[in-house]
Amino acid sequence: MIEIRNITKAYGKTTVVDDVSLTIERGGVVALVGANGAGKSTLLSLISRLLPATSGQVMLDGQDIARTPGSILAQKLAVLRQDNSLTTRMSVEDLVSFGRFPHSKGHLTSEDRKQIEQALQYLDLCSIRKDFLDEISGGQRQRAFIAMSLSQNTDFLLLDEPLNNLDIKHAVTMMGVFRSMAEDLGKTIVVVLHDINFASCYADRIIAMREGRILHDGSSNDIIVPSVIRDIYGIDTSIHEIEGQKLVYYFKPINTPKALSD
Amino acid sequence: MKLLLCSLFLVGLAITSLFVGVSNGALNALIDGFGQNTGGMQERTAEAVTVMVTSRIPRTIALILAGVGLSVSGLIMQMLARNKFVEPKTVGTSESAAFGLLIVLLVAPEMPIAGRMLVAMGFAMAGTVLFLLLLQRISWGSMYIVPLVGLMLGGVIEAATNFFAYRTDMMQALSNWTVGDFSNILQGRYELLWLSLVLTIGAYLAADRFTVIAMGETVSTSLGLNYRRTVVFGVVIVSLITAVVVVTSGMIPFVGLIVPNLVTLVMGDNVRRNLPWVALTGACLLLASDIAGRLILHPYELPVGTTMGVIGGAGFLALLLRSMRRDR
Repeated sequence: MIEIRNITKAYGKTTVVDDVSLTIERGGVVALVGANGAGKSTLLSLISRLLPATSGQVMLDGQDIARTPGSILAQKLAVLRQDNSLTTRMSVEDLVSFGRFPHSKGHLTSEDRKQIEQALQYLDLCSIRKDFLDEISGGQRQRAFIAMSLSQNTDFLLLDEPLNNLDIKHAVTMMGVFRSMAEDLGKTIVVVLHDINFASCYADRIIAMREGRILHDGSSNDIIVPSVIRDIYGIDTSIHEIEGQKLVYYFKPINTPKALSD
Repeated sequence: MKLLLCSLFLVGLAITSLFVGVSNGALNALIDGFGQNTGGMQERTAEAVTVMVTSRIPRTIALILAGVGLSVSGLIMQMLARNKFVEPKTVGTSESAAFGLLIVLLVAPEMPIAGRMLVAMGFAMAGTVLFLLLLQRISWGSMYIVPLVGLMLGGVIEAATNFFAYRTDMMQALSNWTVGDFSNILQGRYELLWLSLVLTIGAYLAADRFTVIAMGETVSTSLGLNYRRTVVFGVVIVSLITAVVVVTSGMIPFVGLIVPNLVTLVMGDNVRRNLPWVALTGACLLLASDIAGRLILHPYELPVGTTMGVIGGAGFLALLLRSMRRDR
């Protein structure tokens, strides 16, 4: 369980995450949504100790992450940010193998190899496993990084916009992988999503942020409502149910977005 | 297997290096000496053995150790800076070491060589850390900015060193450290270089950590690696190797730059896999350059710093052109 207690992150006078408290139970897919600059990525970085908090605490299974050794946290929580511009030249397989670093410290056991194989298969990377990262497409690279986090095999997996760069087939597969990880393996996936419809279709819980605070927090049924969507994104939309899924139609809004008409 | 072949090549070069030099007939004298036992022959044999033991063998070993050290420290520097265009010689590490040595010469000229090396290492560390701190501030820059910043920093330190050396009439002494040369390596004056082999083994043991930090602070943290501690460890290795090499032979450019680039081009950046290759290739390159320097103007010698400058300069240019073509 992750408990976030009154966490704040400020740069000078700008407060990016403002006194957020939140509890994330074990198991399930949690989507973080919100407009650009709402503080989603910062919150994710705070939870995953990539950024030190200005004030407040994050507890992982009852332990303060600021006081837990990094090597222990890395066996429980993996995080992947969106800026994975690599200058290093490494094969896909090598990269995924490094996901086992927290467990193996470099000496791979047969269990490690099994996890690496599984991750490569899950993300459809077997055919390019020997290719160098700087010689494959952005989407393939993105999948390789996610496979690395996957092979880390932690209870909690935090991802910042993992669908970036992915085509629709791989985006859908990716969300499917997250769902089955949550359902079959009991993992907790916290994922920043750009597209509210992916959140609607795949997340058990949607947390919406605006201006560094949590605005709404609930299931797809609570969040996918025109008034709530307007609250989050500042845009009028219509909600449609297709094949049992609630979808937000926002491509051609009824009224021009507020920010532009001001 | 291929590694074995490469090692054999190095052994071949080493043997060649033993028999190339001004005092030529070494090989003949040795062979003849074992066959005949006339007085004159014995004298020549004794002389050849002396040349071998006091000069040729030390020189060859020193070249191998320096080649290993320079290329490995270049590799680690590239991992620390996350940039392919840096090496200790282009980020101010070597220049700082030379500055440290000048200070020793001015303040405590009697200091034994181990002490000098430690001072040089302290300065080298300070210079390297300064460069890495500068890098943090210019993270917006393109990959070509990074080596420029390093060169500028190195230039400033070098200028300061020259200023003090000029003022104190030490330019002559300074050139001992700024131009790499193995011709005055003698028995008893190179043994510190063994440290670079020890440090290389240390780097190999921490190979995975260096691979991880080269993926950046975020990935390192996510994988539970203490980023800062590993960077410090890398800086210590790089600075110590650089200090040892500058103290014993003087600065040698480009080895640390082109060798890791050539090797990682083929093998990738997994340090555990490429480090043995980097070390071996570095030793071969430096040895070959030194042999070339001994042959080109025979019976005179070109310092290896100069031959390496020419070979390496061309190599570096090729490297830049290649990567620019790829960017397009």
